[in-house]
Amino acid sequence: MHQLMFWEAIRRAHDEEMDNDPMVICMGEDIGVVGGTYKATQGLYDKYGPERVMDTPISENGYTGLAIGASFIGVRPIVEIMSVNFAWLAMDQIFNTAAKVRYMSGGQLEAPVVIRSPGGTAHQLGAQHSARMEKVFMGIAGLRVVTPSNPKQAYGLLKSAVRCNDPVFINEHELMYNMKGDVPDDEYFHPLEGLEVARRGKDISLFAYNISVHWCLQAAEILASQYQIDAEVIDLYTLSPLDRKGIVKSVSKTHRAVIVEEAEPTVGVGAEIMAIINEECFYELDAAPARVSAANVPIPYNHRLEKEAIPDVEDVIKTVLATLGR
Amino acid sequence: MSNLKNTQLSLESKKRLLKEMLFGRRFEERCYEAYVERKIGGFLHLYSGEEACAYGILDAARPGNDYVITSYRDHIHAIKSGTDPKRLMAELYGKVTGCCKGLGGSMHIFDVDKHFMGGYALVGGPFPLAAGIAKGIQMKKGEQICICFLGDAANNQGTFHESLNMAKLWNLPVLYVCENNLYGIGTRIDRSTAVVDQYKRVSGYNIPSRQVDGQDIEKVYAAAVEAIDYVRSGNGPYFLELMTYRYRGHSMSDSNAYRSKSEERIWGKRDPIITLRDRLIEAGEFSQEEYQTMDAEILDEIESEVIKFAEESPEPPKEMLAKYVLAENDPYVTGGRR
Repeated sequence: MHQLMFWEAIRRAHDEEMDNDPMVICMGEDIGVVGGTYKATQGLYDKYGPERVMDTPISENGYTGLAIGASFIGVRPIVEIMSVNFAWLAMDQIFNTAAKVRYMSGGQLEAPVVIRSPGGTAHQLGAQHSARMEKVFMGIAGLRVVTPSNPKQAYGLLKSAVRCNDPVFINEHELMYNMKGDVPDDEYFHPLEGLEVARRGKDISLFAYNISVHWCLQAAEILASQYQIDAEVIDLYTLSPLDRKGIVKSVSKTHRAVIVEEAEPTVGVGAEIMAIINEECFYELDAAPARVSAANVPIPYNHRLEKEAIPDVEDVIKTVLATLGR
Repeated sequence: MSNLKNTQLSLESKKRLLKEMLFGRRFEERCYEAYVERKIGGFLHLYSGEEACAYGILDAARPGNDYVITSYRDHIHAIKSGTDPKRLMAELYGKVTGCCKGLGGSMHIFDVDKHFMGGYALVGGPFPLAAGIAKGIQMKKGEQICICFLGDAANNQGTFHESLNMAKLWNLPVLYVCENNLYGIGTRIDRSTAVVDQYKRVSGYNIPSRQVDGQDIEKVYAAAVEAIDYVRSGNGPYFLELMTYRYRGHSMSDSNAYRSKSEERIWGKRDPIITLRDRLIEAGEFSQEEYQTMDAEILDEIESEVIKFAEESPEPPKEMLAKYVLAENDPYVTGGRR
């Protein structure tokens, strides 16, 4: 076991998969000679050459479509879209082609393409560079959506995504690439479905994913030490398909639920989990489930307003206390 | 150019292509009837009038081996690639015996065994997919090429420019065939497009291109032989613009009121099937009687085999509803190894 930074874990997964299979390629803006905006492909251009580590033009829909087409005949592309804000431009190919081609061809064709892209609000990047788009991707049948919260997941999820025969969207976070964590020394394939109990607890379930897992873990420590509340933190590394059974299992144990998302609440991850709880285990609840979400606004540039728009540890604690009637 | 092939069609090929084109015409016209009878649902885009394009290009290619991809007006490209017309008609009927098990429909015909990589319903969508297939061919050092057929209106999508740029940049073995039928749905090309000669729009990407009479299969074939040879020889992409005309509306829901009768008459006189037939008759190689016999045989085959198969096939079972959304039993879903 070694400590790796998030970007190092992603880079290692790229390197191993490209070394393992000559049909694995990666492509994106500035990923080759420059090594990637977040260094996720650093050094790979020199090792594997321009045919397999492709610096693309700034044509998101075009190169994503090209990767999907290549995947039809045995190529295993890993596409990096520099920011999810730019992934809007590739929605046509991701949704209309990659997610649907298996179905509309009656199972003849598949698009085993991996699309990685960081989202989230970083530091004062303004409205067009701060999108959180996971809720858009997870609503599309035929597309897998995963979102790592730590370097081990980032490594293992990418490895599995490359080998899985479905299109997989990996939602990363601009603020997390330098985060450190343990990654197994041996090759490791993380399951693409399910959830992880990041912290066991009995009083309340905190459902989180990606960066909000860290807010919840911090909140849980404070809740334990200052309020004697034992919170369970559930890491939803898979957003599609959501692990309904795992969600029910935790709620049936704690009887209370708070969902913590960095995105706006409307038609979001929290809304979907609340619906699942309603449908599957309403009578297990001792209190109404609650959401901690972003303000439903385009993200402002001003640093105070930006901080105001995005939830934090304090918001999680407040909502937990309210849910428990404290 | 290396290994230049003969660009002339043999007499035997001309007769065969006449029969193939006539089959395509009769197939599409029978689809029209089936649609009116409500046997075929959804949107239906017919190819009548444009036959020389698909048959001429693909006769110069290696159907079943070269990869073919196109838009929603896709029946004839599939047939020429080798798709069994019975399975195609069954697909249009939504039957489980259809080439996509009734899940695709007219706009989404796929026959991957024949390297027919699909019909796609988003205008311009296949441009980058074709470049990607060509990238795959290049990586495998294959001898195939990818042929992408799209209409003129698709060239106003961003994917046209993005894909041509990448195809040239990476020297990809793809032939883009523009079937210019002068209308994007109901809007005439000069009302939607600043440069109406589509082959000229490619020059900005240093891709060689040509404009050809798409109603004369001999001319289409000759141009295709050269274009395909260019692409197969590793020179990168090529763009062919075929001037053609569709007799029916954009789709069956189209009133076709935006075109004048005189324009339709002019193009009707340049029918690709009649042109080839009359040329063969004039040369003394074919007779009106032979043509009528050929036509009767085709109509009979379509009725007694193609339609019969579609009519008699079963619907897909309800259990199929969620079958092809994701891969079945993929070990990486649970963290296992293959």
